[in-house]
Amino acid sequence: MTTHDDGPSRRKVLECMTWAGTGVLWTIAGGVPASLGIIDGALAEEPKGFTFLQISDSHMGFDKPANPNAKGTLEEAIARARTIPNRPAFMIHTGDISHLSKASEFDDAEKIISQARLDVHYVPGEHDIIDEDRGRLYMARYGRGTRGFGYYSFDANGVHFIGLVNVVDLKGGGLGYLGAEQLAWLENDLKGRSASQPIVVFAHIPLWTVYPEWGWGTDDGAQALGYLKRFGSVTVLNGHIHQVMQKVEGNVTFHTARSTAFPQPAPGTAPSPGPMKVADDKLRTLLGIADITFKQNEQRLAIVDTPLKS
Amino acid sequence: MLRMKLPTILVGVAVSVLWVAAPAQAEDITVTIDNFAFTPQNVTVKPGTKVTWINHDDIPHSVASGTQGLRSKALDTDQSFSFTFTTPGTFKYFCGLHPHMTGSIVVEGTTGSAAPQ
Ligand SMILES: [Cu+2]
Repeated sequence: MTTHDDGPSRRKVLECMTWAGTGVLWTIAGGVPASLGIIDGALAEEPKGFTFLQISDSHMGFDKPANPNAKGTLEEAIARARTIPNRPAFMIHTGDISHLSKASEFDDAEKIISQARLDVHYVPGEHDIIDEDRGRLYMARYGRGTRGFGYYSFDANGVHFIGLVNVVDLKGGGLGYLGAEQLAWLENDLKGRSASQPIVVFAHIPLWTVYPEWGWGTDDGAQALGYLKRFGSVTVLNGHIHQVMQKVEGNVTFHTARSTAFPQPAPGTAPSPGPMKVADDKLRTLLGIADITFKQNEQRLAIVDTPLKS
Repeated sequence: MLRMKLPTILVGVAVSVLWVAAPAQAEDITVTIDNFAFTPQNVTVKPGTKVTWINHDDIPHSVASGTQGLRSKALDTDQSFSFTFTTPGTFKYFCGLHPHMTGSIVVEGTTGSAAPQ
């Protein structure tokens, strides 16, 4: 396990954490997020708060060498979720539920994820809308009460949650894409909200530019983030890149979750972002779930990434 | 008897001339998808060329474009998609799942039917 000396600049610490890939604890004080350092495992001694879970990129149906048993590792992730002592209020799934948008893959996901006995809020990944009718299966299962291709918002414990879709109608040469209609809806959804209300935005492809050479970003993500500028606490949760990445910019904390199915390489370290084959005993250290806690009285937000095996 | 046969022979000659000319004009080509890239990325072909895309990655890709018919379903590993280009022009395409993957097919020639030899 990587350790860090005390005292480096916050940015330096964040960069290190990006690659350390364990848990990280955040404090929000006066609107400025500050890292408290890497934590190992669950939030054992922390006061209880409002907690929710993030899982991502289950890729039901994937059976290639990088992980021939994506069902098994999703089952392990859900089993892990059930052991969290401070029971999460709900789960969000940041897309790529399935590998090929097959009904049987969505069925398998449902069967396993429902074992967590939590409400699940989904957004689609690009793998979830490649059926014949381009997303009809996804919308039939997960689209109730949503707009467009599945975007929506809801409130929980004083926090405003916004699920965005940036995998539809992608443009040649481009990255993820939200589109004018969704952006107009977002602007309107945020209108009149108090700047002190914590906001959580979740979408499949990172809304910030992680690595455009591999398509890891969203063309019109900056416009969405512009609408969020005035808020004191914004957390952006994404999937797609199958590894933990963190960044803080002003009041916005960006975070990507691990996949439960297979890891992908760090930006630029491989010829392509395709599934990364690692030694069997290493695979589970690169898959996992994220556990996000708001400690409202302390204006505190914590994200803990838990691998399937440490 | 003789009068009946003559037109048949003429038709036969005409057909075989066209049939012989076709392969010289358009050789089918394959574009492979490896490591999130179309290879060759840009190709120039003769009208009538059938282009086949085959996906060698562990991740599905697709062929998407603004051209009528030049749009595949998601291609899983080793699946392929073919499209025959008949009209001269430049046809840009991309992967519908990973749009940073782009390519183009340039179809040579004038718009007339008499292609230069
Ligand atoms: Cu692709």
